[in-house]
Amino acid sequence: MPGVNMIVCFKQVPDPEAPPAVFKVAGNKMTVPPDVKPVIGQYEEFALEAALKIKDKIGGKITALILGNKLVRDVIKKALAVGGDELILLEDEAFEEGDSWSTAYALATAIKKTGEYDLIFCGRQSSDWDAGQIGLGIAEILGIPSVTLARKVEVSDGKARIERVVPDGYEVVEVAFPALITVTSELGALRYAALKGIMTAAKKQPIVWKPADIGLEPAQVGAAGRRTKLNKLFQPVKEAKCEIIEGETLAEAGANLAVRLRQAKIL
Amino acid sequence: MAENKGVLVYGELSNGKLAAITTELLGCGRKLVDDLKEELSCLLASDTVGEASKEAIAFGADKVYIVEDASLKQYQADCHMQVVEKLVKDVSPRAVLMGQTAIGRDLAPRLAFRLEVGLATDCLDLSIDPETKLLMQTRPVYGGNAQATFASELMPQVVTIRAKAMSPIERDESRKGEVIPTKVEIDMSKVRTTIVEAVKEEVVGVKLEDAPVIVSGGRGMGGPEPFQTTLKELADLLHGAVGATRPPADNGWVPEALHIGLTGKIVAPDIYIAVAISGASQHVAGCSGSKNIIAINKDSEANIFKEAKFGVVGKYEEILPAFTNKLKELLAG
Repeated sequence: MPGVNMIVCFKQVPDPEAPPAVFKVAGNKMTVPPDVKPVIGQYEEFALEAALKIKDKIGGKITALILGNKLVRDVIKKALAVGGDELILLEDEAFEEGDSWSTAYALATAIKKTGEYDLIFCGRQSSDWDAGQIGLGIAEILGIPSVTLARKVEVSDGKARIERVVPDGYEVVEVAFPALITVTSELGALRYAALKGIMTAAKKQPIVWKPADIGLEPAQVGAAGRRTKLNKLFQPVKEAKCEIIEGETLAEAGANLAVRLRQAKIL
Repeated sequence: MAENKGVLVYGELSNGKLAAITTELLGCGRKLVDDLKEELSCLLASDTVGEASKEAIAFGADKVYIVEDASLKQYQADCHMQVVEKLVKDVSPRAVLMGQTAIGRDLAPRLAFRLEVGLATDCLDLSIDPETKLLMQTRPVYGGNAQATFASELMPQVVTIRAKAMSPIERDESRKGEVIPTKVEIDMSKVRTTIVEAVKEEVVGVKLEDAPVIVSGGRGMGGPEPFQTTLKELADLLHGAVGATRPPADNGWVPEALHIGLTGKIVAPDIYIAVAISGASQHVAGCSGSKNIIAINKDSEANIFKEAKFGVVGKYEEILPAFTNKLKELLAG
């Protein structure tokens, strides 16, 4: 098949841009009210865009792969609407409450089942647990090289050329297929879905795999397959005690702030 | 496998010297091993390690393993992994501490998955459970909206620690320790990526991580210009640096190097002046360690006022110039 065979791993998360006050811990789990809509994790959107840019340029196939339970079809079908070719769901109650290990293991096992691939894209970290382990974990399990924090990815002659963000600039890194790449925000936002894409996505049925479909026992996935134990999830109490400085005008308030900070020996 | 004992710090060098994060990791590791009555080791791997090994002892290490090889000059995952994997197997510590740095973020997950053990990244707090001797690992989740405490019973327990979350112990040149030069044969046939080029995008002026004062702007600045004028004028006056939240960096108003937040720089200056910043959790995660946060925002309900000590509610365009002018006057007088 001509073009690049790509897999993009993604996740459904509660909207991370929702106001902080809506996030409430109950029974060692994070809860959000029903009006906070689930979205595709922001870094996985950049990962999807990285794959789409390659497809635009030299063609290929994009398989979007998601793990979770009770996945909202309208939300996750965005991966097809923007230009993904296939959508595979690892969807089962048994996949819930996993850690980075059990999640990466299930994703890697599913990727093996999909067959041949050139590049796997992941976000740099999820938009809920923020661990930043899945991409590198999948690469270790599959035994393929991985490059993190890509802001640009170009492909030629069976190789990827990646601009990788480092603290004082960037590195240009080359790696041969197959390889895994994690993507950061500077790659650029995910494109909007065109009407035609939305129509195609609406008609397309995702493939759903249970643990048994990828040859795993329920004990190997989700909460049962964890390597790390979550002892406690909690929200530290913050005492809001901001001293608001006022004035007749805003300019005066600004000047008063300077006076107050001098007085408090802060400046 | 031998019994897992002691704590191993993965050290980093910065311009040939022991990096600040490494002194923090050693400070944290020192407390943990004192509770355990075990040893603190430190690994330093580079082309040349030099005086940094003695520094690691002065900052709390009992043993410093130095691995010197030309291939280790620049961070290259497939080279450094060979060193750290071998050393962890040889030393057999109960815990491995790394920094939540560019290197730590890249290396720690590789190591944990290679060794098939658990990992907690970006930890803010670590302690030893007195009964099990397990390392309890606390890290922020949901963009800082909650924290989670993890433990893993698989040895070694691997963690990365956020910059400035831990304090170094006082440097003491008279501390005794052992420097152990260690040879690791690096198999270049296992190095699967090539760094073709490293491009520096230097930021002029005070480095964000070192600045005692940071004047930071958010999406509400509206464009690149105020970062170079209004904010810069105040930052210059206070010998500080200009920072930003993620949207200005993503929009290209400022270089990515100025992005403060969960996925950008983590800073902890004495004074953090947040201008037109709403206080989204993922930004606050990058600046909540600041001693004094001062907020200017037109929305009195903005989350940033929950973090700030002092604040003014209103349009920054009117408040900030008056603030800077008054401050100039006060500082001169």
